[in-house]
Amino acid sequence: MSLLGGHGRNGGRSDPLRDPIRFIDERTSAAPLARKGLRYIFPDHWSFLLGEVALYAFIVLVVTGIYLALFYDDSTAKVVYHGSYAPLDGQTMSAAYRSVVNISLSYQAGLLMRQTHHWAADVFVASIVVHLMRVFFTGAFRRPRELTWLVGLGLLTIALLEGYLGYSLVDDLLSGMGLAIGYGVGLSIPIIGGPAMLAIFGAPFPGNSLFFSRMYIMHVLLLPMAIATMIGIHLALIAARHHTQFKEGKRTTERRIVGAPMFPAQVPRSVGLMFFTAGILFLLGGLVQINPIWQWGPFEPWIGTNGAQPDWYLGWLIGALRLMPSFDVVVGHFTLIPNPFWGGVAFPGVVFTLLGAWPWLERRFTGDARVHNIADRPRDAPNRTAFGVALLSWVFMIFLFGAADRILVLWSLGYNTQLNMFRVAIWVVPAALFFIVRRWCRSLRAADKVEEDREQAEKEAAAHAAKVHATVERARRLSDPQLK
Amino acid sequence: MSALQWLLALIVVAFERLTRRRSRQGENGGGKQGGGSDGGESGRIVPAGTPQRSAENFVLAFLAVATMFAAGFIAVYTVFGAHLMPNELLGICMGGALLCIGGALTVVAKRLVVTEEIEDDYPEPHPKEQEEVLQIVHESGSRITRKRLLLGAGGVTGTALGLAALTTVASLGPIWDTGPLDYTPWRRGRRLVDEAGHPLLAADISHETFYTAFPEGADPEQIGSPLVVVRLDPWLLRLPPGRANWAPDGIVAYSKICTHAGCAVALYRKPLEPLLEPSPALVCPCHYSTFDPYNGAKVIFGPAGRPLPQLPLMIDAAGGLRAAGNYSGRVGPAWWNVRESPT
Repeated sequence: MSLLGGHGRNGGRSDPLRDPIRFIDERTSAAPLARKGLRYIFPDHWSFLLGEVALYAFIVLVVTGIYLALFYDDSTAKVVYHGSYAPLDGQTMSAAYRSVVNISLSYQAGLLMRQTHHWAADVFVASIVVHLMRVFFTGAFRRPRELTWLVGLGLLTIALLEGYLGYSLVDDLLSGMGLAIGYGVGLSIPIIGGPAMLAIFGAPFPGNSLFFSRMYIMHVLLLPMAIATMIGIHLALIAARHHTQFKEGKRTTERRIVGAPMFPAQVPRSVGLMFFTAGILFLLGGLVQINPIWQWGPFEPWIGTNGAQPDWYLGWLIGALRLMPSFDVVVGHFTLIPNPFWGGVAFPGVVFTLLGAWPWLERRFTGDARVHNIADRPRDAPNRTAFGVALLSWVFMIFLFGAADRILVLWSLGYNTQLNMFRVAIWVVPAALFFIVRRWCRSLRAADKVEEDREQAEKEAAAHAAKVHATVERARRLSDPQLK
Repeated sequence: MSALQWLLALIVVAFERLTRRRSRQGENGGGKQGGGSDGGESGRIVPAGTPQRSAENFVLAFLAVATMFAAGFIAVYTVFGAHLMPNELLGICMGGALLCIGGALTVVAKRLVVTEEIEDDYPEPHPKEQEEVLQIVHESGSRITRKRLLLGAGGVTGTALGLAALTTVASLGPIWDTGPLDYTPWRRGRRLVDEAGHPLLAADISHETFYTAFPEGADPEQIGSPLVVVRLDPWLLRLPPGRANWAPDGIVAYSKICTHAGCAVALYRKPLEPLLEPSPALVCPCHYSTFDPYNGAKVIFGPAGRPLPQLPLMIDAAGGLRAAGNYSGRVGPAWWNVRESPT
């Protein structure tokens, strides 16, 4: 029981683990793999846990999602609500919306599960984004980890779509407005937009009766399976090439990895993080209201409400749609590119393409095609850090404009004023930040260099002093008649 | 609180007895030591550490509190009915239990398991195996003479099969016929009704607000159905040429579906002080596309690329509002080839 008490190895025949281990190894030949896996090395840095938070949020999503699926009805057939929530009593709504109202207000623990699920989705995407930023700014995407980077970007894309489908299934007023926008953006894709939307919705918006069951199977089966598979590939790729590590001391090099073993060090740490993540998500689900769907009422295509906001991770697209000046690309009486295409398709397309191509772009700019196992500090690559900050600020400011109507309510800053401000700022601020951050990185590096030089000089001076001292001592000894 | 202390004491005592017995067993049987590859001089793989009884107590305390939270969850669930269920308490119990287990595991990680730093080589590439893979591929094809032709034929067949599979997608919706995108139920003479199906009378349309109208007897959910109807001052109307008779008594009707992204144009800005405030406008709350009802719903603000299609109106003998024809343009969000007149 060395794990629990440090009382020494238990080598006796009575060890209760011996037989199970033998049983499994004989049947799976897995002992060498387990032996290796238990001592798999994790370099120790807090930022390496961000991806794990995403993984554990996904587990919470699966568990709470399975519970919700047991109560959800994907039918859009019209029903009349007679439930525990009086303000909606007698209202005509879809069976889907009624089932979600019932999950929220009529089943014990239903609201906890639904709110925890929603919070987990928000945290899932947030931790992926923060993890992506960590990987970007430390250069951890470089050779030999480009595939891990691409799979991660794919995961983010699917996570966004999965979240969008999740809150669209509720069929309340907000989800209907979101679906209408999704339909409008989809239609705007040149040539294939119309046919593709007809195929997905089964009919022009709001679609035929099959549309919700198509969304449902996507949300609860196809996309979660895709996410799980891609997480598996992501982790397998990491395991194959190991983590990057920061340069700490002499032992961490490009060829030697230093850290704590999977077992016993990493397992309780990581599983503990899983419980913390789940615990905080359930606390949020219990204490902090999110999307009170019974307040919005059912959706009809002719209803809309002011002040509607999507989940945070789609805010950047709303911002882009709102920022675009009024125009369709038209030739005579022939529309080529309708307006929502720019904000809803081209903008995220540019961001993801830039991110996906970045490992190769950077290789071209720097000419550095070497294998990197040591992670950079952001200052070590001023151009990359500056580019990352610029891209991030671009996306963030467009995201911020998505909440311009809220800013108007909060700070009475006119919508028109904001529109004009942001239309300039989204170009000026990233450009300015690029140069400021690059300069800052360079000066930090220069300061590091000064410090290194000083240490080096001190070392040399000390060595020199010691040498002088030794020479003087020898000379003194030689000249000392008594010692002769 | 004393009950908790008793419980804790009991668990601690029980665990102590257990560990004592285990350690005695360990001493009895711990003679042999197997060969560990990354072990130190003692033959151990995991280095030895000193016992930490206080840390064990912390773990036990965390587990005890977690257990109580879990029990609390069951109690709350059982005691309260569905309608009075205190969601906050459920969340605190479940979240508290999970956080305490997380706390216990953190104590295990920080203070109970052996902390060690080990190192290993990063994996190197395998040039020999790479070469052999290449060799196997090449040598396996030694009997094939027309490699390119065969690969090309395989590619063509694969593409054909892929396309064959893809054609089934066409069943999902009327993808070859985009006509439904343009469909509207409005015809000359069709009555305007409200949400409850009652006919809309011209006399009912007052100045200060807007009305949502639907075609009588048609599916109100179709994008071509809903209208926004407002009464304007007829002498201020500046409708496009050819629409002179479309707004009897200054009542105009436009499609309620925004031409930008398909949301409902659900806001009507009707200034109380027309000289001081901006002109009347129909506004979509999604992206704030703003349309001028006096001027054929021309876009005056926001991202929409074209005006809301207007529906010509007429007033029948009973004073009811009826359509005098179809829309002035295609309804709903724009798409490829959208500018032609509706069918």
